[in-house]
Amino acid sequence: VSDTREQFRPADHPNDQFLLTTVVGSYPKPKWLDRVREMHEDDGADFGDEEWAEAADDASRLVVGEHERAGLDVVVDGEMRRTEMVEYFAGLIDGYEFNGPVKVWGHNYFDKPSVVEEVSYGESWLVEEFEFTESVASRAVKVPITGPYTLASWSFDEVYDSEADLAYDLADLVNTEVEALVEAGARYIQIDEPALATTPDDHAIVGECLERVTAGLPDDVRVGLHVCYGDYSRIYPEVLEYPVDELDIEQSNVEYAQMETFADPEFSLDLALGVVDAHDADVESVEQIKRNIRQGLRVVPPDRLTVSPDCGLKLLPREVAYRKMENMVRAAREVEADLDAGEIDLADPLPDTGGDADVEAEAE
Amino acid sequence: MTELVATTPGLYPLPDRAKEDLADLKGHQRADLVDGSEDEDVQAVYESVREELVGDQTAAGLDRVVEGQARWDDMLAHPLAVHPAVETGGIRRYYDNNNFYREVTVTDDLGFSGDVADELSAAGDLLGDEAPLQAVLPGPYSLFDLATDDYYGDDAEFLGALADFLEGEVGAFPDYETLFLLEPSLATAPPGDGLDERASEAVDRVAGATRADVVVHTCWEPLEERVYAHLMDADVEALGFDFVAEQDQTLYNIQEYGTTDAIAAGVVDARNTLVESAETVAERVEWVREAVTTTTFDRVYATANVELFYLPTNKYRAKLSALADGVALADGEVPDSEVEA
Repeated sequence: VSDTREQFRPADHPNDQFLLTTVVGSYPKPKWLDRVREMHEDDGADFGDEEWAEAADDASRLVVGEHERAGLDVVVDGEMRRTEMVEYFAGLIDGYEFNGPVKVWGHNYFDKPSVVEEVSYGESWLVEEFEFTESVASRAVKVPITGPYTLASWSFDEVYDSEADLAYDLADLVNTEVEALVEAGARYIQIDEPALATTPDDHAIVGECLERVTAGLPDDVRVGLHVCYGDYSRIYPEVLEYPVDELDIEQSNVEYAQMETFADPEFSLDLALGVVDAHDADVESVEQIKRNIRQGLRVVPPDRLTVSPDCGLKLLPREVAYRKMENMVRAAREVEADLDAGEIDLADPLPDTGGDADVEAEAE
Repeated sequence: MTELVATTPGLYPLPDRAKEDLADLKGHQRADLVDGSEDEDVQAVYESVREELVGDQTAAGLDRVVEGQARWDDMLAHPLAVHPAVETGGIRRYYDNNNFYREVTVTDDLGFSGDVADELSAAGDLLGDEAPLQAVLPGPYSLFDLATDDYYGDDAEFLGALADFLEGEVGAFPDYETLFLLEPSLATAPPGDGLDERASEAVDRVAGATRADVVVHTCWEPLEERVYAHLMDADVEALGFDFVAEQDQTLYNIQEYGTTDAIAAGVVDARNTLVESAETVAERVEWVREAVTTTTFDRVYATANVELFYLPTNKYRAKLSALADGVALADGEVPDSEVEA
């Protein structure tokens, strides 16, 4: 197994240990960007593609800067150019059409696309986004991309015999895009497959999709898989067979209730663990996040642990998102220092728990 | 001679304009959803939506017209979500979909509400004599499955209370022709031993409260044999099945345990935007009649397999027309759309 991780250690990293800090992908958009998008979509407004591109560049520059100020080791552009995670790609892939919004819940809707002919690679998806982000970032850049299984599951399929057939065709297109991104210099790709959490019985279909997505990639390209809000006992240990370097999951919102699932068999991938809640506007303290990070050390050693929020931060107020990242990075650096100082027992990494703590409590 | 009836299980998508207007008036959060105390502006939007949805059905030429259930923010959990003895909570997944409803927890005695009766009366007033009116309600077992009990404390008692509640609601309905009781949970979360019999008795109780024709419609999956066998004991006009999702087990159940004199057949797919042609609908109706070799049905309700809110509005309308035209074609008539053309 090649180490795809060390390349992201910043030159000025202060500690021997390195807990890679990053975010999942989406980030709150500045309000002015939403207004600009509306103007761009309004045929009556005098606001063309060039103006939109300039505004999107500005927003990306802003978010990358914010991520770097928070101290993240690997940054993203917060998906400023993207609308919704399926809509955005469906708009670029040939074979899709949009018929209008459908209900998700209450008055929350989603422009669920329909596959009306065999899908094929249309316009470029993310290379320009990556190249711009890379050009304004001083830290390494990760590229999140919606996975083929989710693209298939969250669409109406008018053409294919089965969802799997559609997903496999989409996987080949994602592979084309990932190759183009790698050609452009991307070294960290994250495949987002939240739909796996809703239909865990399809884990083998997702596995086959990932084989296709990663086919032919150079060994030094790091590939992550993000899944969220699922019952992992239904896909573990099968996920360990996936051709990815890292599995990224949430757990902070359920207070690490599922960590036991990953104890047996041994977790053989890198773990990217959610240590702050993406759907709670209360900012976790550095101390709280340090405890959360140590939950990850129950499953993997420090050199295989990535630290990130549970999920995309886009639904939080922007200043809350920023403070969560800032505390997260500070907590990671402090845990690294504690590790360097030998103050954390990796065989029993949680503070104030385990057998010893019980004995002490009884003694009191 | 089999009578063919084109109908739907209701729960229509909001027209796009109303989606925006209601989001603006009500908001996007859990606490903003319908609770039975909507203000005048919100009520006015729903009234105009009701008129539009009734108009969609009469324009398409359906043989039964539903109110459209546009107010049912919590889908089949709606009759409980607006009930004073129920508390709404966090968001829960709605069957195996990327859709969610609010958790509905029963915290007090489930007395009479009348919410659905009021909607149905309003739809009946709009419809007049243009077409027969059809009521739609969740079946007692599906409500049992969707809800959380924090009052009755016992499964049998809770299910019985839900049947009593629905019986009371049905009792307040205005004149109408047909009642669709939607029971998806009978298929997706089959009641266990003992509860299966009670689920059937609960359906029977609700059906006994009306002189209208009662159709118990199931979807997503076939029924387990045991559940099917018990359901056959309920005194209803028709059982309904999702033939888009599954055929073999359903046909086996029908042949093995017999079936009602009438049947509802889900032949139009409300989970896919691909619009069936009238010919396809007609073929599917014929297929159902021929595949069931043990019975000649008095009546076949040709219907969308599931609620229609999964669809964007343009496709929902196209599917209503396909359904009505397909049934006309199966009946040997020239579809309306071709007459107009």
